[in-house]
Amino acid sequence: MITLVHFLTLAAILFTLGVLGIFINRKNVIVILMSIELILLSVNINLVAFSSYLNDIVGQVFALFVLTVAAAEAAIGLAILVIFFRNRGTILVEDINTMKG
Amino acid sequence: MTVTAAFFYLFAGITVASAIMVIAARNPVHSVLYLILAFVNSAGLFILLGAEFLAMILIVVYVGAVAVLFLFVIMLLDVDFAELRQGALQYLPIGTVVGIIFLVELILVLTTYAFDPALLNLPAAAERQTGVTNTAQLGSVIYTKYVYFFQLSGLILLVAMIGAIVLTLRDRPGVKRQDAAKQAARTRETSIEVRKVNSREGV
Repeated sequence: MITLVHFLTLAAILFTLGVLGIFINRKNVIVILMSIELILLSVNINLVAFSSYLNDIVGQVFALFVLTVAAAEAAIGLAILVIFFRNRGTILVEDINTMKG
Repeated sequence: MTVTAAFFYLFAGITVASAIMVIAARNPVHSVLYLILAFVNSAGLFILLGAEFLAMILIVVYVGAVAVLFLFVIMLLDVDFAELRQGALQYLPIGTVVGIIFLVELILVLTTYAFDPALLNLPAAAERQTGVTNTAQLGSVIYTKYVYFFQLSGLILLVAMIGAIVLTLRDRPGVKRQDAAKQAARTRETSIEVRKVNSREGV
């Protein structure tokens, strides 16, 4: 039988893959954004799994809000990427130093 | 092994495999396509968990909107992706070390954390018969108890939409646009000039 721990382990693997994606694609902002989407997906799997196994719908409400914020974040991130590329002609992470951060 | 278990391993396996391909693919277009595959399979997992509404939202919002947005941006930007891949392997060892440590820690936490044994053997909500659909359950709390949070999330989306439009809008010089006010303000005097043209001379 599939139990809670199965889903939690899957979410842990997905989370790790997302973090790993940020590490090995250090130059490509688009893939970094996709890795963040993967991390948020794993969080959502955790929330829904707990919601389902504890028979409490609030976890799914929370997952819905996480989804909303993730969609907003992707839209803003990609918009920033587009105007950065328009101004500088590159999306290399190393070249993003206009603000001297 | 029940059908549920078989489907769990199918969906979970494809999700993990496509997540690996998302971070390992050379071409970002392939990454987005694998991301779509990961999201569709996660929607399958959500259905196994009894969260049908979120599964459909995941497909509509992520596959239908976010992933297509990624595709559009990748194809709009004329980027040399081969250049972006250079030096990727440089960070692979440290990334792998951090990843493995992280995964081991997470799984150790999961396996040693003292869950209530009764909790671990509960069936998922999908196997329980409650008589109320998942969407109805969600709706009964979102619009009552969490209505302010719901409206706040709508506000976040509105701000994101306005922000994205404002950021990417640009005024190009030299582009002729229609100006309705200017058109309406035109009078006969400002736009027509009567000239006397002599015969055989032209203007």
